[in-house]
Amino acid sequence: MAAPPRHVSMLSISNSNAGTPQSASSDKPQTPQPPSTPQQASGLRVPSNRKTIYDRHLNRSRNAELSRASFAYLFAEMVTYAQRRVTGIQDLEKRLNEQGYPLGLRLLDLLFYRSTSTSSSALSSSSTSSSPPNRPLRILPLLHLIHGPLWRLLFQRSADALEHSVSPDTPNEYMITDNDPLVNTYISVPREMNMLNCAAYIAGVIEGVCDGCGFEAKVSAHNQPTEMWPSRTVFLLRFGDSVMEREKVLERSGIK
Amino acid sequence: MSYYFTILSPTDTPIFNIAFGTSKGGGDGIARFRFPDTAQYMNQFIIHSSLDILEEAQWTNGGMYLKHIDTYPPASAYISAFLTPSGTRFLLLHQPPQLPTSGSSSTLGASSLLASGTTRSSSSVAANPTSAQTEEAVRQFMNEVYESFVKTAMSPFYRQGMEIRSPVFRGKITAAGKKWL
Repeated sequence: MAAPPRHVSMLSISNSNAGTPQSASSDKPQTPQPPSTPQQASGLRVPSNRKTIYDRHLNRSRNAELSRASFAYLFAEMVTYAQRRVTGIQDLEKRLNEQGYPLGLRLLDLLFYRSTSTSSSALSSSSTSSSPPNRPLRILPLLHLIHGPLWRLLFQRSADALEHSVSPDTPNEYMITDNDPLVNTYISVPREMNMLNCAAYIAGVIEGVCDGCGFEAKVSAHNQPTEMWPSRTVFLLRFGDSVMEREKVLERSGIK
Repeated sequence: MSYYFTILSPTDTPIFNIAFGTSKGGGDGIARFRFPDTAQYMNQFIIHSSLDILEEAQWTNGGMYLKHIDTYPPASAYISAFLTPSGTRFLLLHQPPQLPTSGSSSTLGASSLLASGTTRSSSSVAANPTSAQTEEAVRQFMNEVYESFVKTAMSPFYRQGMEIRSPVFRGKITAAGKKWL
């Protein structure tokens, strides 16, 4: 075995690091890090301060805001990462959408957790004023949830508009407008890709929220610039047939 | 009272389950089901069979805690449900302890009234599965589970539908059960 020479070298290293392990290593020469073994046995690595994620609280304190610069940097990296192996703009938007989707599922639970635990009306301030918030059962409450509380959770303000498609052919289409989406603030899209809207990520978040609530939907982001708002974005929500059918049934039974 | 608690993903995958007994009124927290030989699979069977009712209740009641939704009289099992906004289901099966005197009430079938009538003497959560106190205790329990569940779901290494293996999570659920049930 090649143990003796290695042992010697290790001993010399630990000696150079700290003076104390001399006696310990002479007792048990083959265990360089004894404190880690019991933790390995349980299959869980506990942080050094003994605080797992279950010991931390989920409510955001007033001052714990994230730096916008670091978010912009992170998001730029995400776009670059998504762009690395795509074939076209649609593919890129699809990838961004897929990145946002799991976030939407999580935000949904977090949003409800925060609005139940903090009785302050920070999240449930819109039309629904009762303290235990309800899961949305119909399309309209869901859209209000996205337009109000979700947008406030993400961007500290409500979205700018919520519209229903005026065309009688597409009663399943709804639009949520953001005049200046945070994700696009620091992104200038090259001219040859002018169809691209990186808010497809947010569209993915919305899709996750809709799907999580049981409203199957396809959500896409579209540029609709105006004079005043050059990066105005419209999120188009297209609900599936099953949702529209259920909507009719629920309407008949008088559920709001 | 004995409990069997399961978390099901929106696509009906079981992601967590635990069996425990009451800790109230001198209970030792160990599950003692009425039919111990079959309890292991019958509990799962009973819980999953209540999913149909849950899916109906889901669209008529907008709350997260859907209260007591189903009863399985042969085992006098009561099922309470909690639905997270993202569609994860928490199902709690509770079975009151077998009473030494009332052989009839358990065999009679639809016996929720009888059972609550015969156990009026002890007003504790354990013996009275449909009382308001029990509903409240289960609600508190579910809310505590919900908190731990959200923490799990927020972890970047957790995807929806994955089994929850964390021993810390299990410990939290056990503690919540000890505290409320």
